[in-house]
Amino acid sequence: MSGTMAHEQAVGPAGGIPGGVPGGIPAGGGLQARSGAALREARISVRNLDFYYGDHKALKSINLDLPDRQVTGLIGPSGCGKSTLLRILNRMYSLYPGQRAVGEVMLEGRNILDDGMDLNALRARVGMVFQKPTPFPMTIHENIAFGIRLHEKLSRTDMEQRIEWALSRAALWGEVKDRLHTSALGLSGGQQQRLCIARTIAVRPEVILLDEPTSALDPISTLKIEQLIDELKQDFTLAIVTHNMQQAARCADQVAFFYLGELVEVAPAAQLFTKPQKKQTQEYITGRFG
Amino acid sequence: MSASTLPVHSGGRPLKDLKVAAALGARRKRSDGIVRALCFAATALGLIFLVSILFTLAWRGFEAMSLSVFTEVTRPPGSGGGLLNAIIGSLIQTAIGTAIGTPIGMLVGTYLAEYDRGSALGGAVRFVSDVLLSAPSILIGLFVYQILVVPFGGFSGWAGCVALAIIVIPIVVRTTEDMLRLIPNTLREAVIGLGAPKWKMITLVCWRAAASGILTGILLAVARIAGETAPLLFTSLGNLNWSLSLNQPMSSLPVTIYNYAGSAFADWIALAWAGALIITLGVLGLNIGARSLLRSGK
Repeated sequence: MSGTMAHEQAVGPAGGIPGGVPGGIPAGGGLQARSGAALREARISVRNLDFYYGDHKALKSINLDLPDRQVTGLIGPSGCGKSTLLRILNRMYSLYPGQRAVGEVMLEGRNILDDGMDLNALRARVGMVFQKPTPFPMTIHENIAFGIRLHEKLSRTDMEQRIEWALSRAALWGEVKDRLHTSALGLSGGQQQRLCIARTIAVRPEVILLDEPTSALDPISTLKIEQLIDELKQDFTLAIVTHNMQQAARCADQVAFFYLGELVEVAPAAQLFTKPQKKQTQEYITGRFG
Repeated sequence: MSASTLPVHSGGRPLKDLKVAAALGARRKRSDGIVRALCFAATALGLIFLVSILFTLAWRGFEAMSLSVFTEVTRPPGSGGGLLNAIIGSLIQTAIGTAIGTPIGMLVGTYLAEYDRGSALGGAVRFVSDVLLSAPSILIGLFVYQILVVPFGGFSGWAGCVALAIIVIPIVVRTTEDMLRLIPNTLREAVIGLGAPKWKMITLVCWRAAASGILTGILLAVARIAGETAPLLFTSLGNLNWSLSLNQPMSSLPVTIYNYAGSAFADWIALAWAGALIITLGVLGLNIGARSLLRSGK
């Protein structure tokens, strides 16, 4: 835990989670982004990506790198395509007929959009956390074990260790260790969301996609999730969709601004929030539209 | 009267005509009173018949009730006897009918909710299932008579079970589909997002999430077939003797009630009342169980 604290303090002038309570529209500039380290090499590379809902083209020629073990924030007004991009990265869109992606999404030298892609294996490598907590109707223990059992055969002790590890990483172990065998539906909303994060990391993915993970939560729970994101990036590559620009500023190393299906600008967080290169970005982050 | 001709306050607000408002209010109150009275009257009328039926049933049923109803088999008129073979026959046929119909109904409902959203085949299956739900049960009895009784040369308990199963299927199809559709799509995506194949998503998560609702549907189906007479008349026929063989005609409470109540013998008629009370209490219990289950599931 002490290592984590040092890590947070080393993060820059923002010093972890500034401002206490998130939310609200920035009054124009003044967003304190982490002036973090330089971006690492890409874990996922998106190249010339188009996406269609039926005939409607929702993403236009997207090029974006997700740096390894860093956080990429996806921001933009509603309907701009940021969630759509997230749902491409684990092929969630493939569940729905009529949705298709054209282009390249490279994960370790392989285009995940290829027809032959093993989607279950892909989703074990690219996990996802949703806007609303989605606990399964079973015990806390079974919730975590469910994902692990899909991909691994662990001995009883290994399984227990993995579950404790996952719940600890999600900062939930202390709260639930005495009630592992009670229903997960009895947890609070914030606990349920951390349970979903624990469930995702229990599978040990390489990439974790977070689709507005705090928009249904109260400020305290939001704070915990944001701290968690900060810790998780030691091991995982993260992409987070958020409507809250302060959250993007607090959490992300790199921020991508989407507007009307186009990637307008992508830059290290400090740069995008202080010296945006495009006029649209400037207007959005100062709250003039969106 | 257009808005521009309304008398207007100095502030620009339209002025209400208090007399008109009062008259309108009184009229609304009158119609409200009439509608309310009609609703009460209709409810009372329904309740009067229901209470009268239940009261008569309880009175005549308890009068005829005795331990021998549960311990002795049916006997010729005038020599006493009970309903043991009918009760056991009903339990067996209801249990087997449910056991056959439930898995089929659940799988069809699951197909409609999880695999087929909006195709022509799904629409057709749903339509046929709904028709079957409201089909007269005597038709189902005749159908099974044609496919099982005639070819195999006789009435049998199995034929009765199959007829009851056919009644169970559409009820379970409907509740399974409805309950699965209540599950938010995000839950499905969460399971898929962990790398689970679809069949695991359905069997391990969706069915569990819908379990209390589906179980309620099954209990309601059991309650329905426990009281069915028509589909058994042409299939298991009824049996005045003790028989547990499903290859033989089998006794059942509804058919026994049907035969006894129409007879000319006072002791048979009394037994029919006792049997009717047993079925009613059983179905009532199942309904209460189903409701409390649904409530605890929410």
